[in-house]
Order: sequence, then structure tokens, then C-alpha cells
Amino acid sequence: MNGPAGAGPAERPVVEVRDLSVRMIATKTPIVSGVSFDVAERQTMGLVGESGSGKSTVAVALLGFARRGLEICGGSVRVGDVDVLQLSGDKLRDARGRLVSYVPQDPAAGLNPAHRIGGQLREAFSVHENLDKRELEDQLAELMRAVNLPSTKQFLRSYPHQLSGGQQQRVVIAIAFACRPRLIVLDEPTTGLDVTTQRYILEKINEMAADYGASAVYVSHDLPAVAQVASKTAVMYAGRIVEVASTAKLFGEPRHPYSAGLLKAAPSADETNRLVGIEGRPPRPGHWPSGCSYAPRCPRAQDDCRAEEPLLGPIEGDSLVRCLHPIPLESGAGLALTAAPRPEPLEGTAVQVSELIAGYGSKEILHDVAFGVPRGECTAIVGESGSGKTTLARCLVGLHSNWKGQITLNGQPLRKGAREREHEQLRRMQYIFQNPFGSLNPTMTVIENVEEPLRHFERLSPRDRRRKALDILDTVHLGKDFADILPSSISGGERQRVAVARALVVEPEVLVCDEITSALDVSVQALLIEQLRDLQLQRSLTMVFITHNLAVVRSIAQNAIVLQTGAIVEAGPTERVLDDPQHPYTRQLLEDLPRMEPSGQAAAVG
Amino acid sequence: MAADPLQVAPVDAVRHTATPSLRRRFSQALATRPILSMVLSRLALGAVTIILIAIIVYVATTVLPGDAATAILGHSATPERVAKLRAELGLDKPLLTRFWHWATNALSLNFGNSLGEAAPATSVGTVASNSVTSLASERIENSAVLVLVSAVISTVLGLLMGVYAAYRRDGFFDTVGSVFSLVASALPEFVVAIFCVLLFSTSVFHWFPAISVLEPGVSILSQPEKLVLPVLALVIVVTPYMFRMTRGAMIEALDSDYVEFARLKGASTARVALRHALPNALAPIIQVVGLNLLFLAGGIVLVETIFTYPGLGLMLVSAINGRNVTEIQYIVILLAVFYVLLNIVSDVCVLIVTPRRRYPR
Repeated sequence: MNGPAGAGPAERPVVEVRDLSVRMIATKTPIVSGVSFDVAERQTMGLVGESGSGKSTVAVALLGFARRGLEICGGSVRVGDVDVLQLSGDKLRDARGRLVSYVPQDPAAGLNPAHRIGGQLREAFSVHENLDKRELEDQLAELMRAVNLPSTKQFLRSYPHQLSGGQQQRVVIAIAFACRPRLIVLDEPTTGLDVTTQRYILEKINEMAADYGASAVYVSHDLPAVAQVASKTAVMYAGRIVEVASTAKLFGEPRHPYSAGLLKAAPSADETNRLVGIEGRPPRPGHWPSGCSYAPRCPRAQDDCRAEEPLLGPIEGDSLVRCLHPIPLESGAGLALTAAPRPEPLEGTAVQVSELIAGYGSKEILHDVAFGVPRGECTAIVGESGSGKTTLARCLVGLHSNWKGQITLNGQPLRKGAREREHEQLRRMQYIFQNPFGSLNPTMTVIENVEEPLRHFERLSPRDRRRKALDILDTVHLGKDFADILPSSISGGERQRVAVARALVVEPEVLVCDEITSALDVSVQALLIEQLRDLQLQRSLTMVFITHNLAVVRSIAQNAIVLQTGAIVEAGPTERVLDDPQHPYTRQLLEDLPRMEPSGQAAAVG
Repeated sequence: MAADPLQVAPVDAVRHTATPSLRRRFSQALATRPILSMVLSRLALGAVTIILIAIIVYVATTVLPGDAATAILGHSATPERVAKLRAELGLDKPLLTRFWHWATNALSLNFGNSLGEAAPATSVGTVASNSVTSLASERIENSAVLVLVSAVISTVLGLLMGVYAAYRRDGFFDTVGSVFSLVASALPEFVVAIFCVLLFSTSVFHWFPAISVLEPGVSILSQPEKLVLPVLALVIVVTPYMFRMTRGAMIEALDSDYVEFARLKGASTARVALRHALPNALAPIIQVVGLNLLFLAGGIVLVETIFTYPGLGLMLVSAINGRNVTEIQYIVILLAVFYVLLNIVSDVCVLIVTPRRRYPR
């Protein structure tokens, strides 16, 4: 293994990970196998992968930790002069937080709900060194200044649940930087944060890593966020690293087909392209195929790929790739995408909302919202958490009935609650929930779930009902094989397709989709978006697409409505809203959105 | 069809500008003091509960076959004497009047006199020491000692074993402890009590007395050996629940992200378990401690009967056998008040250890 990208040849990298392997204790099934990489002084390396790739397992293994049921079974993690994996007992405990520190994925869950944040911050110092009270408070104050949080008594005495998500994340970052570690491991630190907060946190991490002289490993499934913070990126698939390169190279000219697949699946906020998802699913631990583990899904796979497992080997410059047939340079084949087709415009407005005021109890969430949804088009409603976008969607379909104003479907006014609405009105407008794990009945098979709305809306013989449900499962590319199994045995993306099928089976005119891709990996999100696009084109569906992701808006929607704290600040055709935003809030959102192109800052750090 | 949304605003505006009413200020004061507001609402609910129980108990004791007069005089009494005593006791008045009379007296802790054998047949109410409250006072003390000692022992045992088993999950102690606790919690308390007697008193060892009879006026604390077997029986019955709840709550806390983060911060294992996991496991543990105390308060009836331990439970059983209506009423009300107060205390404790509920956003 050669020196890392970005570091001078004489300089020894601060972090050297070699052949790191983690397995299940009980079955000895490998989870992570032979992971090696270097991180130079003050360098941030991105570790990218989809759910189940083992990236989180690698993240905690860098601190000599394995989650329950797992064990680190080989390799070394050298940080400075210390091999973390050779430490044990008190020495290992002391290395965690002082030599290598960790920023967890969800700060709301990572902070202890039973303790005040002041105590949790002080603990970061006190478990490692005996400071007297004065020193401790001085260091704490300095740390709080660095993360732009007040170090007032009142703030330090608050409990985690009293802080906002961004504040919680900054507390956690402060804890990680407290003892000035050599290496900081960030495990999806911005998941669930609004773009503006996310951008702030990403900048803060870069700034603090530079100020405190720390190297960082940034673990994420979010490619644009990685592009923004990391100067070097490693891609993981099925427990192995498949490509390591400088971020610019990796995002510009990926050599491994899987890296290219991820990039082609990620929607862009600037162009409306047909996204290319990755069919199939990653192999589960214990079911890794012989040969290249990506071969079963790889468009470039040849016979030899299935025969032997490729090694992670050097390829031009400092890049490493684990592929027998890497994508040739400058072939243009890597990332070429085609522009997405537009639906034929139809006459009229399917859904018209006027003077909509909605809330919970006496708390008003939506303030006088009015818009129309053109027939046959997709209208996206974009907003951050707390903007009221989900409440709006629930008002449309009658799941939330505490509203005033008017909602019409095809010109007919709709009653407030779904129970009061006419059968036919309910059939014409169907809803798809955000969480595919909660929205399917786990005790019913896939086909029973899909048949369920047919029982309500149509009188069909059991045989016809099943035929119809099977047809629609075909339409969403889930064949007969899926019909008679329980939702628990299929993946998140497949479940969401079942949810789409269940909505489509009664042939609705309007589909209300509430953040339906937010729980999915990008490769799966791409498949689902393209499927919806095809359905929209084939069936002249009208869609209301609720999302927080502007890139998704650009991919699928013809119209965009920007919602801020319960009021519409901007609405119009997607091109107009995203290319020439009028409202400062829209501009801010677009500016804060991480782009796939590596930022100058990150490149400069490396 | 929809109302004019503009109409909403003026109404709201008026409400905001008006000086806050007393009621509004009161509710605001309560909103910022979750503990006080909970105690107040629980007390109110508890009062309703006790009133309902009082009604049920009173009605139930009056529909029992026979009444106080026959209970006092025995079956051989002539109908004339029974009728005379009935009039004296006010038993010929309508039910509502009698209930009202009893309830108002009960409020001033006067539950009437015991109808037991010692009661003088005619001049009811002349002997002060015959009132049910004074008769029961010694019994209350004895039962309180029994419940408290059992509760402290089982709580400490259950907590320690639960925390340890959770900490060494799937280890030897955890496996063995879980099996034993399952077996023990499947046994009813009378079986356990009889087993204790057989093992430690009559058949195998002869260490402790099989029954715990006490002379009146003698404190149980002066003869602690009579306490051992009843306490042992109750501890064996209650500890498994404590153990399993503590273990479950600790496992959940130990599996959480904040425990993992604390570990990765470099906190020691003891610190992680006791300072990070335990405080978050306390709420369910407190709930089960409360439930167990309630269970003990009911469990003493059986255990006291088996050991003829002179407590409230035994008194209740003999009162029911002898149709001693006033004693039944008093003891049941006493237990109801204990239930209500204990519930409030355990809910307040849960609130105290749950900052998320104590400090609103």
C-alpha cells in the first residue's frame, strides 16, 4: 500500500489502518474485511457507502470498539505512534476521546437524556485528566467559543432535549474535540439536519480540524456532504474498500463501477437528468459471493470477476481500486446521463388549495397557504423540518382534519377528514407514507397489502383482485416472487415500491408522496424516482411530492413550492425557482446545499 | 363552506390583551411546575378513588348475610334482642343515612367500634380502646415492619442482581438468575410460604418458629426471629419481578447510543454503567418498586394468615370471618389510601428522574 493522496512522500501519515477486519462473534461471519487506508496530518478522509456496507462498523473499530455481537478480529489502526487495536483496559479507555474521538450519527440519541449538557461536556475532560475546577471551566469556555455556543451557566445547565438539533450536534462536536485528539471519527454527523445547519456544521468541522490539528474520517452515505469536507474519499461495498482516491478524482472520474453507480444515482440540484439506480441489493454478511462482491449488480462484470476476488490495487497516481475491469479514463462512460423527459402538459388544475390554515390544538402550523397543482405534472413542496410540509400533505388527503380554508379536487371541494369524504374522492387521491417500515402491515403478505385498498374501493372477486394486484406489482418491477412473502423479509426500497403499488392499484389521479425517498439509499432512491417518473408519463399522474431535498425536486418535479415556517415564500416552475430564486430563503437553501463538486476549501486542506 | 379565517384573529387578539384571569394564572403556574401540578391532579383523582372504594366497601359489607347486630349477639339471640340492638346501632335507618353517618365520622378518623367478641353487648361505644382505629394501630405497625423490611431487602437484592445480570448479559449469573427468577415468579406466595416453613422450621431445619404469634402489646421488633420466615416468603415472591425489570431496563439503557458515546468518550465501564445507564433505567425501576410495594400490601393477607402474623392482613381475614363490618371497612379504606399515596409517590419519583418530562422545551 502506497502513501496516501495529498501527503508528502517523506511524511508518515498520522493514521494508518491496515487489514482491519471485524466479524460476528457467534458465527465468525465477516462484516468488514481487510480495510486499509491512510489519513495524513490535518487531512479529512471521506468513507462512503450505503447501508450495510460496514462503514459504521469501521468507524467505531477505529476506536478499538465493536458493537454487540461483533469483534475486531485482525489488522491494525496506528494513530501517531500507537496501535489502537493493541491497547486494552485503561490504556484503551484513555485512548478513546484523547487519541481518537468519535462524533455519533444522531446527537439527540448520543447525548444522555438524564444529564445536563454541562456535565456531559466536563466529563469529556474529566475522564482523561484531573483538572482543577478553574482550569476545567477555562478549557470548557474556550471549547464552547470554538463551536459558537454560549458557555453561560444557564446554557450548560440545560438538558439535551432543550437544545435544537444543530446545538446538540455542536455539543457533541465540542465533546469530540475536547482533548485535542489526533483523529476524529465522524459517523454521519449531519444526517437529519437542515441544509443550513448542515453546511454550518460541515464548515465548523473543517475549521476545527484545522485549528486543532486533527485528522478526520468522515463516514457518510451523503456524497455531496463528503465532497464538501473530504480531500480524499474511500468507497466501501460489502465490508471492503473498493476505491480510494482524492475526492476530486473520485467524484470526477470514478474508476470502480460501484463508485460510478453511486454518483449516477445521486440527483443533482442543477440538472434534470434521468437517474441511474443500481438494481439488486448488496450481499448480506455471510452471503458474500465468491469473486468480486459487486459483480452480481455490475454492468461491466465479466466471467473472471465472478471467479476471483480482485485486490485493492494502485491505478494512476495515488488512487487505489478493487476491480479487474475498472472504467477506463476519459472514456466518458463513467458519469454520462441523459436528460429526463418532461410529461405532456394537460389542461387544468387537479388540486386547488386556498386560504388553508391548519394547526395542532391552538398552535397554528400553516398560515394562509394557497396553491394549485397542475394536472399531469409533479409539484414539489420543499421545506425544512418544521416548515409544515407534512401537515400540508396530511390536510390534502384528510389525515389531518384541524384546518380551515378550501381544498378542491377536480373543482369539487373536499371535506376536512378522510372519513367525511366521498368514496370516489378518496380513491382519486392516494397517499404514500415516508416510512416504508411502518406503513405496510407486517402481518399481511405483500400482495395482501396491495389488495387492501381494492377491498375498500372496488367490488371484485378474490381472483380478479389478486390478478389486479399482481399486475400492479409488475408495474413497479416487483414480480410474482414478492407476492406471497411478508414485508419484513424485503428491503426498504422494495417496501417503498410495494407502498407505491398499493397506492396505484386503485388507479388514482393524484399521488401525494410524503418524503418517500428519505429513508432510502441513493441507489435505491434513484430507482424509485425513475419509476415514479415513468408512471407519471404512462398514466398522466398528478403528483404532490413532499421533500426537503432540492436535488430531488430538480430531478422529478415540474413545479416547486417553497415552504418556510408554514407559509409559501416562493412558487413556480422548477427551473425558474431553482435557477432564478426570488426569495432570500430559497437563495439561502440553494447556497447551503452541498454540491457534488469538491469545494475549494476541502481541496486546499488536503 | 369554510368559516372566514379572518374571524379567528380578532377573537385571539382580545383574549391576549385582556388581563389574565385568576384561572389562567393558576394554570400557567401549574404548567411551569410539573411536579406540583401532577401531585394536585393525582390527589384529586385519588380522593375520587377513595370515595368510590368507600361506597363499594360500605355497600358490600351491608349486603353480607347477617349484620352487626347478629354478629355481636350470635345466632342464639332472640329476635327481640336483635331488633333492640339494631335500633341502638341505627341499623334500622335507610342505607343512605347510615352511609352518610359513617362517611362523615370516617373523615374525622372515627371508624366506629369493633364488633368483635370483646365488645360489650349493650352499651356500644363506652370502651375507648375498642374503637377499630386503636385496635388496628398495633397491627398497622406490625404490617408496616413486615412490608418495609421485605421491600428494602427485595429492592436492594433485585436492583443489584438486575444491574449485574444486565452488565454481564448472557453470562453465567444472568442465565442462572433468569431461570430462577422465572421459576420463583411462577410460584404463588402461599406455596412459597409453606415451602419456607417446611424447609426452615418443621421438616429439614429447625431454625425459626413456624408461626409468628405475638402477645398483644409486644413489638415484633423485640422478637425479630418471628419476622424471618414471613419476610423470606415475601422476598422470594417479589424479588424476581424486581430483578427482571431492572435487568430489562438496564439492558435497554446499555444498548443505547448515549452509552456507546460515553464508552467512546473514554468513560470507564463502572462509570458507563452507573452514571450513564442506571439513571435512565431508574424510571421503569421506580415504577416496578411502586408496583411491588402495592403487591406486598396485598400479599401480606396470605402470608400473615399462613404464619398467623399479627398484622393487618390477618386482622382483615378474621374480620371477614367474623363479619366484623367496621373492621373490614377501616382496613380496606386504609389499604386504599396506601395504594393512592404510593402511586403518587412513585409517579413523582419517576418525574424527578426524567428531565425530559420535568423541563419542557
